[in-house]
Amino acid sequence: MSESTPPFALTGTDRVSDLADPNTGQIRWRDLTLRIKRYDPEKDREPHWQEFKIQAHPMDRVLDVLMKVKWEQDDSIALRKSCAHGICGSDAMRINGQNNLACKLLVQNVKGKTITVEPILGLPVIKDLIVDMKPFFDHYKAVMPFLVNDDPAPTTERLQTPEQRARFDDTTKCILCACCTTACPPFWGNREYVGPAAIVNAHRFIFDSRDQGAGERLDILNDSEGIWRCRTVFNCTTACPRGIQVTQAISEVKRALITGVVDIPEEAEVLS
Amino acid sequence: MSTPTYHRFESIIVGSGGAGLMAALHSSKEVGTAVVSKLYPTRSHTGAAAGGIAAALSNIEEDSWENHAYDTIKGGDFVVDQTPVEILCREAVECIYDLEHMGLPFDRTPDGRISQRRFGGHTRPVPGNPSKREPVMRACHAADRTGHMILQTLYQQCIKQGVQFFDEYHMLDLVMVDGECRGIVAIEIATGRLHVFHAKSVLLATGGFGRMFKVTSNAYALTGDGPAIAYRHGIPLEDMEFYQFHPTGIYRLGILLTEGCRGDGGIMFNGKGERFMETYAPNMKELASRDVCSRSIYQEVQAGRGVNGKDFVYLDIRPETINKFKSSPLHKDGKDVDEHFIESRLSESLELSRTYLGIDPLKEPMPIQPTAHYAMGGTPTDFETRVLRNAAGEVVPGLYAAGESACVSVHGANRLGTNSLVDLVVFGRRAGKAMAQYAKSHDFREIPSDADAPTRKQINAALAKPRTEPWIRIREELQTVMMDDCGVYRNTEGLARAHKKVAELKGRYESTGIQDKGTVFNTGLLEYLELGCLIDLAAATVASAESRKESRGAHSREDFPDRDDVNHFNHTFAMRDGDTGTKIENRPVDVVYVEKDGQKVPKYPLEVRKY
Repeated sequence: MSESTPPFALTGTDRVSDLADPNTGQIRWRDLTLRIKRYDPEKDREPHWQEFKIQAHPMDRVLDVLMKVKWEQDDSIALRKSCAHGICGSDAMRINGQNNLACKLLVQNVKGKTITVEPILGLPVIKDLIVDMKPFFDHYKAVMPFLVNDDPAPTTERLQTPEQRARFDDTTKCILCACCTTACPPFWGNREYVGPAAIVNAHRFIFDSRDQGAGERLDILNDSEGIWRCRTVFNCTTACPRGIQVTQAISEVKRALITGVVDIPEEAEVLS
Repeated sequence: MSTPTYHRFESIIVGSGGAGLMAALHSSKEVGTAVVSKLYPTRSHTGAAAGGIAAALSNIEEDSWENHAYDTIKGGDFVVDQTPVEILCREAVECIYDLEHMGLPFDRTPDGRISQRRFGGHTRPVPGNPSKREPVMRACHAADRTGHMILQTLYQQCIKQGVQFFDEYHMLDLVMVDGECRGIVAIEIATGRLHVFHAKSVLLATGGFGRMFKVTSNAYALTGDGPAIAYRHGIPLEDMEFYQFHPTGIYRLGILLTEGCRGDGGIMFNGKGERFMETYAPNMKELASRDVCSRSIYQEVQAGRGVNGKDFVYLDIRPETINKFKSSPLHKDGKDVDEHFIESRLSESLELSRTYLGIDPLKEPMPIQPTAHYAMGGTPTDFETRVLRNAAGEVVPGLYAAGESACVSVHGANRLGTNSLVDLVVFGRRAGKAMAQYAKSHDFREIPSDADAPTRKQINAALAKPRTEPWIRIREELQTVMMDDCGVYRNTEGLARAHKKVAELKGRYESTGIQDKGTVFNTGLLEYLELGCLIDLAAATVASAESRKESRGAHSREDFPDRDDVNHFNHTFAMRDGDTGTKIENRPVDVVYVEKDGQKVPKYPLEVRKY
């Protein structure tokens, strides 16, 4: 065994033990009320609130608490979820008035004794916390979200410098959760607006040095229901659980439309 | 319930992860194809894969597909089928370039080529000293979001190609006639309506089944629907005893911290501050195979050397630690790592730790424990992804399987990191081509007019039964007994206990029903049906573990601690026996031979597996 010790001091505590009460050693469970907006199309004429009392473990995510209520008290509560760690984008919800992924928000980070959970806005509610995602995915598909390159492919990889790769890195992070688009007031006002998520995914290709479809995508977005409906409200950036600088990405696309130049490192593609 | 809706497609693909989407791209080029998935495709768990995708590109260090094949066979503790592994490693190179041409945003080297990193179990002979091996940079990566990028890129290409999707349709049955597969039955989740998909070829690509265990990295959706439903139709399950526990799961939550953390220099410490992997794997240390690392952590915890005597150890990725132990590949070039380097390479892992532990890994070590991660076993297939109906290797016409839910077997008793993503694209592609070929050379065959009857019966029974006990209790008890008695370490007593318990749980499951009786998005019903799949798979897993009286790869028997190549150099086939029993048969491992001094010798001779 190695003689050397790690560069940290081994004290009597560890982060896991911090979850317990230092006097009793018992886990500090928290009593909470979960207030869920219910809607059953087969029974209800309109949505209504329902409250549940639950105990939360310090490491619980809002999703964990929702699932506990579902399994133990009312298994008809309908919600989408899958990965439970912020990567699949299934469980976008409005929690205490803010869009987030239920699995990324820890209960300990939500203030107050009541957690209010509602479906995201702007998309038709199917049941409880489940909305119709088709309009969202239709907008995404409309911006040609795939690589366009008609040159014959080389036998190995197309080259791309680290700087060129970094240029569009932020917008590759999008998981299509819809937190941004459904936090956007212009989208609430008009569902025809293509929305921030679609623009983010267009950006990902417009600024990818290997792509040749920038012109076409910019044409699609150059529309009153395209990029020009954006009013730079910034709700999208706040809502994004992946930390993508959405408003900045949108403004870069606007700039490309206005100047006719897509600025990529070592290559400035001038559009006619 | 009203009459079902009928569809006819030449190829039906069930599951929209990496394997399913890759198959869809190839199948849809030639025949009418539809993808049926219980999740929106971008929600598939392929998106959670982080570390990378292995291929011997030799972009940074000289490498070869033969090295990759050897590592995979050794990594699988030699019960890997060698012909398909050679296919996997050879075709991996082409598939990586294909993915890049599709637009996958790989990280790049300074000269613009695809960047590669080190990963556990991936080695090459030391240049100038070929009897010794050293880690090699083989894993192609996109930050630590490689799986996300692959899933997005494949889905984007499906959109470009106009592939047809049935999103949020949950497969509940196969349509089998005279031992042939002729379609599937699925429920449209949004309406509760049943749909019958009449097809010539069906691909099962439904992913893994980690939800059998209490602490898992797997999504809620991973309940092994494909393998379980096939099993109920008399199709075997192969190598179920080989289930991988990934060493670095976040304590209690099971969320995965990628192996890339160790690939880039991370070190594991026990409660005494010792780098315990130096004892268990003196050469590769933290880059030993996952099963070796998980067992090491387990042993340290059992010996009371967990942190503060608890059931976890530390994973330390702080620059000062990595630099102190010179564990990063950068140290080979005499460089040190800094915070910026870790931030750029391991951004997702940093994010996970900060979000779920409130720990900044650049300042403190992270508490980790083994987490149920990957199923090496599943529905058996031949090298063309055709499903096998028995240990003799007979094929089920019209049925294919690929991805984690299939067992070719290319991973044997333990899978190397970054080999799963390769498996998806190589065998997903093969499946798509094979399905299309079959569909082009066969006509549609008749299916019964009431193909949906068994499913309707199953659903009605679930809805009619009173809820005598919350089924969540049954699931919790299942996950607990599997974790405790069929987990990292197993023994005769524990397995017998698990065997009995799973049988008891099946009885309780069949006596209780659900609360939600609605038709729109009845998630209660679907989770209940998924639990049924997990119970069947658990029974087959325990029976397979009982039959393998040796330790090999991820399957560790405390009472049979050595590898037994005389009696157990084979695959396990679990077949359904009556309503609750399991029958075990064996199938030989596929071995590749070469000519040496006029004699036929195995190309990959058996050896002691040490790291």
